[in-house]
Amino acid sequence: MSLEFFIVTFVKIALLIFVLLTACAYSTYMERKILAYLQNRVGPSYAGPFGLLQPLADGLKLIFKEDIVPDRVERITFALAPVVSFIPAMLIFAVIPFSSEFDLFGLLPSPTEGVISDLSVGVLFIFAVTSLGVYGLVLAGWSSGSKYSLLGGIRSSAQMISYEVGYALSIVGVVLVANTLSLTEIVSLQSGSLFNWYIFKQPLGFMIYIVCAIAETNRAPFDLAEAESELVAGYHTEYSSMRFSMFFISEYANMLAVSAVAVTLFFGGWAGPFLPPIFWFLIKILAFMFVYIWLRATFPRFRYDQLMDFGWKVLFPLALFNIMLTAALEIL
Amino acid sequence: MFEQLFPILLLFVVAAVLAGVLISLSIFIGRRTKLGKKGQPYECGIDPEGTTREPFPVKFYMVAILFILFDIEVIFLYPWAVISKELGMFGFIEMLVFVLILLVGYFYILGRGALKWD
Repeated sequence: MSLEFFIVTFVKIALLIFVLLTACAYSTYMERKILAYLQNRVGPSYAGPFGLLQPLADGLKLIFKEDIVPDRVERITFALAPVVSFIPAMLIFAVIPFSSEFDLFGLLPSPTEGVISDLSVGVLFIFAVTSLGVYGLVLAGWSSGSKYSLLGGIRSSAQMISYEVGYALSIVGVVLVANTLSLTEIVSLQSGSLFNWYIFKQPLGFMIYIVCAIAETNRAPFDLAEAESELVAGYHTEYSSMRFSMFFISEYANMLAVSAVAVTLFFGGWAGPFLPPIFWFLIKILAFMFVYIWLRATFPRFRYDQLMDFGWKVLFPLALFNIMLTAALEIL
Repeated sequence: MFEQLFPILLLFVVAAVLAGVLISLSIFIGRRTKLGKKGQPYECGIDPEGTTREPFPVKFYMVAILFILFDIEVIFLYPWAVISKELGMFGFIEMLVFVLILLVGYFYILGRGALKWD
């Protein structure tokens, strides 16, 4: 292994973390602003021009807040839970190709691949890491020693594992078409023309994927984990200051991650004309984030039995049907 | 192999350190007061009642067990999906049989009402 490999890897990881944390901060701004306009309000507008410094102000405020560890918590798991939910959210991005080969405006000695790790089983890795996210919620809910946290934790873990099945099944369709588990190969198979995008070969798979992804990230209309009207804030009720913001960051990082996976699997990844690849990648992710916020402004929350029924009795059979249909079309 | 796995390990370590630093930042910088009543679990402002460690519905366990079963069966689909074109008709029929067996189990648990929420 050359020294260059280590340096390049480290530079890429540093860039990723920086971009990701900024993106998380500004997704909150984007969400508040868009939500505000959809509801005929103005949204954050005091901190800086158009309120653009609001995320910074929020971040600083959270750092200076008192870090409360309530009396009844299980201390070790309580401290571990935010970290456990933060790490998987970051790890997903390790295998997502964000650009073609690049050399960072000539700063790197030779062009390097636009992905942190070109894992040959990238799809399985994503699948595995997404499942890990549930541990953070369970640990937080159980260790807090508060009833709301416990209820929120149990509810959301049951919800997440139920939709996990549909999530994994919807990706099998893409693998059937691409015949590879490597995400860089999946992206290169989709390049060339708009009609190579797998959304056109897997429309049903994409619909199932996006529904499961929203349920996986506990977002409206599936946000039963933190149903404000009944559970206060769900599993992170007892958390404050930076521990709370770890959950907050990982929620937004997870949203960005499932959007990035959707872009990679169904919308051609970084491929696009004229603009540099990284811009296409970001534009497509932004479009997904907008849909996320739009959904939140549009739909009321599901009831819990509707949610579980929908996952097990509609999405699961539908996803199996999609797989067999795709297989039949591809093979026969 | 090393080239594929090392960056992931490094990202894992960086993310863990970052989370640790951010959390300890607020522990050291954040103001501190006596906990007192603040240390009680939040229950809308009134004194908390009873304990948190109470039994909860067994349905949640059922869902977790069923998830493990179905998730493992989903994993069997991935290797086939990668080489489905080479296996051709043979693989397709094999998988059809596999999915049918899966569906038998699925309808069995539906019939027993394991996924019924009311």
